[in-house]
Amino acid sequence: MLRLDAVGRHYGDHQVLHDITLTVPDGQLLCVVGPSGCGKSTLLRTIAGLLPAYDGTITLDGTPVHGVPDNLAVVFQDYARSLYPWLTVRENVALPLRRRGLPRAERRAEADRILARVGLTDTARRHPWQLSGGMQQRVAIARALVCRPSLLLMDEPFGSLDAQTREDLEDLLLEVHRTDGATIVFVTHDIDESVYLGDRVVVLSPGPGAKVVLDLPVELPGTRDQITTRGLAEFVALRSEVGRAVRNR
Amino acid sequence: MNQPRTTASESARSPDRRTPAVRHSLLPLAVRHVLLPPLVRRTLAPAPVRHALLRWFVLALAVAGWQLVARAHGSVYFPPSAEIARHARDLWFSGPVRHLFLTEDAVADILPSLGRMAAGFGIAAVVGIALGIAVGRSRRVYALCNPVLQFARAVPPPALVPVFVVLLDFGTPMQIASIVFSAVWPVLINTAEGARDTDPLRLEVAAVLRLTPTERLRFLILPSALPRIFAGLRLSLSLSLILMVFSELLPGTANGIGFTLTDAQSRSDLLTVWAALALLGTLGYLLNTGLLAVEKRLVGRGRTTTA
Repeated sequence: MLRLDAVGRHYGDHQVLHDITLTVPDGQLLCVVGPSGCGKSTLLRTIAGLLPAYDGTITLDGTPVHGVPDNLAVVFQDYARSLYPWLTVRENVALPLRRRGLPRAERRAEADRILARVGLTDTARRHPWQLSGGMQQRVAIARALVCRPSLLLMDEPFGSLDAQTREDLEDLLLEVHRTDGATIVFVTHDIDESVYLGDRVVVLSPGPGAKVVLDLPVELPGTRDQITTRGLAEFVALRSEVGRAVRNR
Repeated sequence: MNQPRTTASESARSPDRRTPAVRHSLLPLAVRHVLLPPLVRRTLAPAPVRHALLRWFVLALAVAGWQLVARAHGSVYFPPSAEIARHARDLWFSGPVRHLFLTEDAVADILPSLGRMAAGFGIAAVVGIALGIAVGRSRRVYALCNPVLQFARAVPPPALVPVFVVLLDFGTPMQIASIVFSAVWPVLINTAEGARDTDPLRLEVAAVLRLTPTERLRFLILPSALPRIFAGLRLSLSLSLILMVFSELLPGTANGIGFTLTDAQSRSDLLTVWAALALLGTLGYLLNTGLLAVEKRLVGRGRTTTA
C-alpha cells in the first residue's frame, strides 16, 4: 500500500505541491490528472524517491520513502531519452536484472519472455532508435515490468504517441494490470485516458501549490475496450465530472 | 517527442566531413569538371573505389606538382618527391622480408619513437579518462578544477619540456613525461565535459533501476561520454606525435625520428630531413586513421554526440 500524508514540496518560497494526502491500496490503478505544469510529474518523482527532500510523509508498504524504494519501476514520457541507445533492446530490458544476480543466460531468457509479452518479438537484437515510437515505449514498459515491481509509476507515458498507438498501449497496460495486479500510479493530462484506464481518478488543482480537488472512483461495467467503453453513458458522465474538476467549473 | 532523437542523429552525422558530397564540393570547379571525369567517372568503378580515388586525387596532384617543380629547378634544398621516397625506402624499408622489410635503421629509430609515443599516449589516455570521469561527475570538483585545467591546457606543451629536462634529465623518462603532460589535458577536459553532460533523465533512469556505481559508469556515463572522449583522444594523439619529435630534438637523445632529423641536419643531409618529415606525416595520418577506425567501431550510430 502506498500512503501519502500531507505531502508538499517547495523550492524556496515557490510552493509546488501542497498538502496532498492519498492512500493507494494494493493493485489499484490510480490516474492523476491535472492541467499542464500543476506538479503532476513532481509528485511522481517525489513518490519515486528521485527528489529526496519533501514535506509530510510517504510510506510504501509501511516503510517511509527516502531514496528510490525497492520493487518500484518508472516509465517516463520521453522514451527516446529514457532508453539507453548504445544498448540493444534486450540489453536495455535485461539491465535491471543484473541486481538480482541472475546468470547471463537467464537474464536474456527473462528479457525475451517479457518482450514477447509486450508484443515485441524479433526486436531483441535491434537498437531502440531503430524502432518506432510506440515500440520504443513498449521496450520501456518491458524494462519496467521485468523486475515484477509492486508499484509502477508512469509519467504521461503515452503523451507523445499517435492516437492509434496510444490506444494499443492503453489496452496493453490494462491487460498487464489485470494479470500482474501491480499498483499503478498513472499521471496524465488527458481526461479521457484517465477515465478509460483508472480504477480511480484524482484531479490536482492548477499550481502553484497543487492539491487534490477531486477523488473519484471509476466503476465501469465489463472488460474495457476502446469502442464500447468510451460510448457508455457512465463513461461520458465520469469524463464530464473529471473535466469540470480540471477546468475548475 | 521525436525531436531529441532526430537532432541527435543529425548532429552525429553533420561533423562527418568525409561524406562524398562535401568532399566533392570542396574540389575546385575546374578539377571537378575537367580532370575528374576521365579519371573517375569513366572507370565505372564501384562507389567505394571512386571515393578512395577522390580522396587521394588532390594529394597525388600535390606530390606530382612537387616532383615537376623540384625537377625543373634542381635545387639541393628541395629534392624531387620521387627521390625523397626512394631515399626513405633505402633508409628504412629495404630490409629483409623476415623483418617486414624494415632496415636496421628503421628498427633503431622508428620503433623507439613509436614505443615512447605509445607509452606516453597510453598513459595520458588512461589517466585522462579516469580523472576526467572523476572531475566531470561531481559538480563541485568540476567547478574547483576547471580553472586549473584551462590554465594547464593553455600552456603551450613544448614549453613544459625544459621542466622535465631539469627534473628527469635527458632520456626516455623525460620524453615520456613530456608526452603525457601534454597529451593528458585534451582527453581529461573532454572526458570531464562528456561525463558532466550525461542526460539527467538517463541518470534518473539509472537511479530507478538502482544500478550500482560501477554499472552506472559502465552502462551510462562512459558510453554517453564516448564521443567526447574520442574527440579528446584525437587531439591527444596529434599532441603525442608533436611532443615525441620535439623531445627527441633535444641533446642527449641517441635514437628516434627526431634524432634522425637533428643528426641529418647537422650533416646538412637535407634528403634525410625531407624523408623523415614525409615519414612523420605518414605516421600521423596512419595513427589518426587507426583511431578513427576504433572510434567508428565503438561509437556506433544512434549514439548522441551532444548529450
